[in-house]
Amino acid sequence: MKFQLNGKQVELPEVVDSVGELLAHYQLQSRIAVVEVNKEIVMKEEYETKRLFNGDIVEIIHFVGGG
Amino acid sequence: MLTIANRTFQSRLLLGTGKYPSFEVQKEAVAVSETEILTFAVRRMNIFEASQPNFLEQLDLTKYTLLPNTAGASTAEEAVRIAKLAKASGLCDMIKVEIIGDKRTLLPDPIETLKASEMLLEEGFIVLPYTSDDVVLAKRLEDLGVHAVMPGASPIGSGKGIINPLNLAFIIEQSNVPVIVDAGIGSPRDVAYAMELGADGVLLNTAVSGAKDPIKMAKAVKYALEAGRLGYEAGRIEEKDYAVASSPTTGMVGT
Repeated sequence: MKFQLNGKQVELPEVVDSVGELLAHYQLQSRIAVVEVNKEIVMKEEYETKRLFNGDIVEIIHFVGGG
Repeated sequence: MLTIANRTFQSRLLLGTGKYPSFEVQKEAVAVSETEILTFAVRRMNIFEASQPNFLEQLDLTKYTLLPNTAGASTAEEAVRIAKLAKASGLCDMIKVEIIGDKRTLLPDPIETLKASEMLLEEGFIVLPYTSDDVVLAKRLEDLGVHAVMPGASPIGSGKGIINPLNLAFIIEQSNVPVIVDAGIGSPRDVAYAMELGADGVLLNTAVSGAKDPIKMAKAVKYALEAGRLGYEAGRIEEKDYAVASSPTTGMVGT
């Protein structure tokens, strides 16, 4: 699977075909994060069912220090 | 007590979470400041490198209200996108609208700020726009229905303190929503000054995180805030151009 992930082109195993699998691949399941696929926010309840396709643009964002 | 929308807070201090020397110092500074509202920025997670500790993930989230900002946005649309991402975390529904209109001064874009505030109110956010100290803009934002206005004291991170106390006083006088002085605060005296002017709260970051001893400075701004607020409530004396003796002017010894 090829995605644009956080601004980078990545090629991941074919099993990474959902948001849930993607978070598992990067071991982010327990992190406070928000996922956006093709500029649409994916809610937590949809992580397992939200399919990913070649060419998807995925953003994984979180909170960092700021004023 | 500070009330924003339907939330009340014991502390009138809002603290930023950027640029601390270490998480240990930051945790202690946040604790001694007694703040209940912490600001954060929304950014891409650095997933391609070894996992870095994250301050927010180490916080007791039952004790703090998160106020994410839209820093990084230069248009209303970008700000709304960031705000929605922040809200999707399920951790917050407040948003600090921060739309920078000028790279060198980091002053806010008033037109995009107004536009974003309107869009975010329609989406049901609790909206706290960071604005310039423009009196009419503050009024226009209040008319939209924002839950607080946050005029800057001076440019972000400059530490110049309150450069236009008259405008801040006008904003405070006219406002029916909380006025939180945000940005440019350099030291405890600026905090006390803002509160003496009648501000409902102060939002600062670098004044504490960039101090030589951030923990001590966190305590100092807490006291300054309380002192300024008490001074405001107590009602200061009128300023005069000439001296007025404090001691009796009659019954002088030896006359």
